[in-house]
Amino acid sequence: MTVTPESSMPVTDIAARRSPVQRMVGVWRNRELLLNLVRKELKLKYKNSTLGFFWSLLNPALYLVVFTFVFQVVLGSGLPYFAIFFLAGLLPWNLFSAALGASTSSIVGNAGLIKKVWFPREVLPLSTIGAGLVHYFLQLIVLALALAVFRYAPSLQFCLLLPAALITLLLFTAALGIALSALNVYLRDTQHLLELVLLAWFWATPIVYPYTLLSNRIGTWALANPLTAIVITFQRAVYNRTSYYDPTTNKTIEILPEESVWWYLRNLGIIASVSFVILIGALVLFGRLEDNFAEEL
Amino acid sequence: MGSAIHVDNVSKRFRLYKEKPASLKERIIRVGRNPYEEFWALRDISLDIVEGETIGLIGQNGSGKSTLLKCISGILRPTSGRITKSGRTAALLELGSGFHPDLTGRENIFLNSSIIGLTKRDTLRIFDDIVAFAELEEFIDLPVKHYSSGMYARLAFAVAVNVEPQLLLIDEVLAVGDEAFQRKCMQRIREFQTEGRTILLVTHGVETVRQICDRAAVLDHGKVISLGDPAEAVLVFRDSLLKREHEVSEEADPKTEQGSTDEWRKHQQVRITGGSIEYAQPERRYLRAGEPLRVVLQYNSPTRVDDVVFAINIHDQNGNLLFGTNTDTIDADPGSVEGKGQVVFEFEEVPLLGGIYEVSLGVHTHDGGVEYDHRAGQDVIEVLGSGKVAGIVHLPLNIKFDRD
Repeated sequence: MTVTPESSMPVTDIAARRSPVQRMVGVWRNRELLLNLVRKELKLKYKNSTLGFFWSLLNPALYLVVFTFVFQVVLGSGLPYFAIFFLAGLLPWNLFSAALGASTSSIVGNAGLIKKVWFPREVLPLSTIGAGLVHYFLQLIVLALALAVFRYAPSLQFCLLLPAALITLLLFTAALGIALSALNVYLRDTQHLLELVLLAWFWATPIVYPYTLLSNRIGTWALANPLTAIVITFQRAVYNRTSYYDPTTNKTIEILPEESVWWYLRNLGIIASVSFVILIGALVLFGRLEDNFAEEL
Repeated sequence: MGSAIHVDNVSKRFRLYKEKPASLKERIIRVGRNPYEEFWALRDISLDIVEGETIGLIGQNGSGKSTLLKCISGILRPTSGRITKSGRTAALLELGSGFHPDLTGRENIFLNSSIIGLTKRDTLRIFDDIVAFAELEEFIDLPVKHYSSGMYARLAFAVAVNVEPQLLLIDEVLAVGDEAFQRKCMQRIREFQTEGRTILLVTHGVETVRQICDRAAVLDHGKVISLGDPAEAVLVFRDSLLKREHEVSEEADPKTEQGSTDEWRKHQQVRITGGSIEYAQPERRYLRAGEPLRVVLQYNSPTRVDDVVFAINIHDQNGNLLFGTNTDTIDADPGSVEGKGQVVFEFEEVPLLGGIYEVSLGVHTHDGGVEYDHRAGQDVIEVLGSGKVAGIVHLPLNIKFDRD
């Protein structure tokens, strides 16, 4: 065992605040820690349960049953293949809401670590988002099953947009998650408030009802909700139809905007850029609030 | 040799809120009028930790030593000042920090080392060493919540010393595990020293400081009041302890006086008016093992008292009685006392090792039924150990090597 020569040792100013760029570089350098924390989240979640990750599959499956019953049977919505439409939008929403909820409480929940070891703290909210992403991929199984049962074909062309949509979603979630995780240290109400906001947000986003219901009333303002632009991309790719013919009224009813791939991509681009700006702001805010984490916890 | 850590004028202020608003509602209600007290945990601390040295931080509880360590490890950000460091730090602040009870020992090792900044490959390379050092081969796949506190501590220490940190920060962790493990820790620390690694040690254990530190800093109320030779620092530290004890006892005094009943006064025919410790060399405020010592008790007896015995007890800081006797048991009857006088207890030598020992004095009747007066918690003997032997008793020793 030898001591590495001094020249290779970086000199760091511990007391200085790090810039957002330094923070992003720091997260990249600590990607292994990030992965380990994601692994820890997942392990702990299913540690003492017999069904393990099947619980994650049951959640969207149950939603599917309940909403199909309410909208198709009780309210008599004529949307064909409602299950596919609903799952296409529900899964990214689940990723968003679960990851945002978990990241908001991630700093407070890891008080023991924060008070005793140094590491880039923003890794904590990010790790919960990573765990959310894993759940998302697991829940895709439910969607895949639904597609197989109905012998339903997604749009291959629009499926090419999905990685971009997913990255935009993660960027937006990370931006909010980092900011809220730091705020929650000082205002513990944040996490409770967030639950209410998420409930309202869910219904404000066209997941159980089609986008056109919104756009018919408020036009392109509907796209001001970042989740809307993201969710309709998923729906466009998976559900793969923009309208349907209702034989009872003899009318064609629009569901999704009949636009090109580029229109969808443009929307994502705008949301991603805005998210990036929010992320920078969130990192600056996080850096300021971080000063007193160890004392406040 | 460069400096491993450069602490430059660092201050840290804490705000102690009288009522801490935790919810949004309270924050809004109290906007702008939230009473808090400012408390400076660190004040203009400057400290250079040279590469390869072992430096001890000692001080009373609340003196700021842990805050300083937390600033150096990056957990707390100083209110002002700069801290620069080079090398990878293995922060080992409190035992098992970052261990999750539900994860197994193996999982925790990987998580813990990645928190410290190791790659998986690094961790795999040292994994066996960690497990062997912690002596946990059989239990490594058990969740750590089933570990005993000793096993937990061993694992934590094993991780910290096996990640080959350039700079090791230790906060009060050497007193863990059984004695065999403690020896192993000490040995590991000495290996670290010979390898030229830098160690910053925060401890109450003045013996540890004397045994392993090259230098020591004493913190008091957020300031460095002494920096240099460990033996010197230990003395300064003890002085600061004494000062505090005086503050405490002075505060407490009026209370006891008020509580004293007439009954007590009636019995207080002989009063102890003073006590003092006289060291062999009066200009020194401490004793070296084996040196002589005089303890002087001053008394005043307004009336003539025939039935009188003077007693002396010496306790260590844990309250263990090390020595106790009185004029009766050693056949030194003072006869009767009247007026002022003093009793001198002369010790030919004090075979105690380094430490602070409390002297308590008393006057009572032969049968012990009535205690005229006593004096405790005011006189202490400071003994400076050589660091060559451990324990509390100095046994004179000669070693011979006989070879056939």
